[in-house]
Amino acid sequence: MNKALVIGTSFGGLEALKTIIPALPADFKLPILVVLHIGDNNNDSFVQYLNGISKLSIKEAEEKDEIKKGYVYFAPPNYHMMVENDETISFSADLKVHHSRPSIDVLFESAAWTYKNRLVGVILTGLNQDGAYGLKIIKDYGGTTLVENPEKAVASIMPKAALTESDVDFVLDLNEISNKLIELSVQDQ
Amino acid sequence: MEQNKSSVIDNIDIEIPLFLEAVFQKYSYDFRDYSKAHVKRRLLHRMSVGRFTSISQMQEKVLRDKAFFIDLLEDLSINVTEMFRDPDFYKSFRENVVPTLKTYPFIKIWHAGCSTGEEVYSLAILLKEEGLLDRCQVYATDFNRKVLEIAKHGIYKTQELDKFQRNYIKSGGKEKLSSYYTLKYGSIKFDQALSKHVVFADHNLVTDHVFAEVNLILCRNVLIYFNRELQNKVINLFHESLIHSGHLCLGSKESLRFTQHEHSFVDIDSKQKIFKKKIG
Repeated sequence: MNKALVIGTSFGGLEALKTIIPALPADFKLPILVVLHIGDNNNDSFVQYLNGISKLSIKEAEEKDEIKKGYVYFAPPNYHMMVENDETISFSADLKVHHSRPSIDVLFESAAWTYKNRLVGVILTGLNQDGAYGLKIIKDYGGTTLVENPEKAVASIMPKAALTESDVDFVLDLNEISNKLIELSVQDQ
Repeated sequence: MEQNKSSVIDNIDIEIPLFLEAVFQKYSYDFRDYSKAHVKRRLLHRMSVGRFTSISQMQEKVLRDKAFFIDLLEDLSINVTEMFRDPDFYKSFRENVVPTLKTYPFIKIWHAGCSTGEEVYSLAILLKEEGLLDRCQVYATDFNRKVLEIAKHGIYKTQELDKFQRNYIKSGGKEKLSSYYTLKYGSIKFDQALSKHVVFADHNLVTDHVFAEVNLILCRNVLIYFNRELQNKVINLFHESLIHSGHLCLGSKESLRFTQHEHSFVDIDSKQKIFKKKIG
């Protein structure tokens, strides 16, 4: 069984997440960790809004949070978010990666170290290459990868970069993604 | 292939603790209680830059080559900082900490993990504008001697100057940032009057002890790299070093949660992570 889901997105990501996250059921089996590039702005109002329309609990991650199902953890602005091997969250104020902090690559790579082949990685709409390397690492560890169809995404650069970097398992339109995630959340490896 | 990959990774998780043990035994720098993901990321980076095939191979090198160890220290200490980083913190500091500082005849301040010093000069500017600098003694410490040298000189590249200016204004700065530095050869150099009350010193939070009783401690974005045990140990060290009602300022994503001293401090500004040591 899969153990966790990681999602990375930038431009157009707010809207995309509003489509996907509220469509997931309260008993969704996988904890979700999200990197959304939003510059120096804070997440507060978006997290609150999304929490209001979702069945899962949405929160900005805190240092040393235990990663639990039923929760969606957003990386705070200006920190990289990482998964520790005891399934807790840690942060780093290290250099930006692809001009981004938080960086999708940093989250995906550390999540792959911990969850190995029991990880699902998703890249949605976005305007830079962040996440392509991280998704490849997830694939290298035998995890499952999914990318939003760049032809229909608000911004195609990020999904295209991910598709160029590795062989991705699923390429889906935005409105098909939540059903696929529900399927993957209960599927045996 | 799949099999192969996962067995290499397992080796790495065995090798890293051994590597950190070797570094500790040889050089007395202790990274064993650092966050594992952080250390792994930094060591893998060094491994790839140095074209090593394994951490064990790198261990052999670090035991025999001090210069290589110095490079490694750079990797393991995060030196990303800026003037008035998190301007809202400095704003809150002016409003919530400065009034207490004004009641002290003499103020000792410990800036722990000061890195290349941008935030030390930020603090000095703030103290000067509040009329406090002349009665302050600031101890700015870091375990990395290389960054301390940079901090002492107070010379920085101009490429981030716009950001520094914006931060300074947002932080509630009262003058122009440019009145505190001179511009030369594409660099800025801070007025040495600002660092007249600062002692830059080598101190390692992990292995060194209390060295002074202080009114205020700033330690921002250092604890995030530590595991719970080490966080606890360092907060104890801070608690011991602070006078009663002394202030402790942490990074915006750090907290006293899960430490033994969770209830030994009161929140002054819970968002900006400013705490005050309880009396007794």
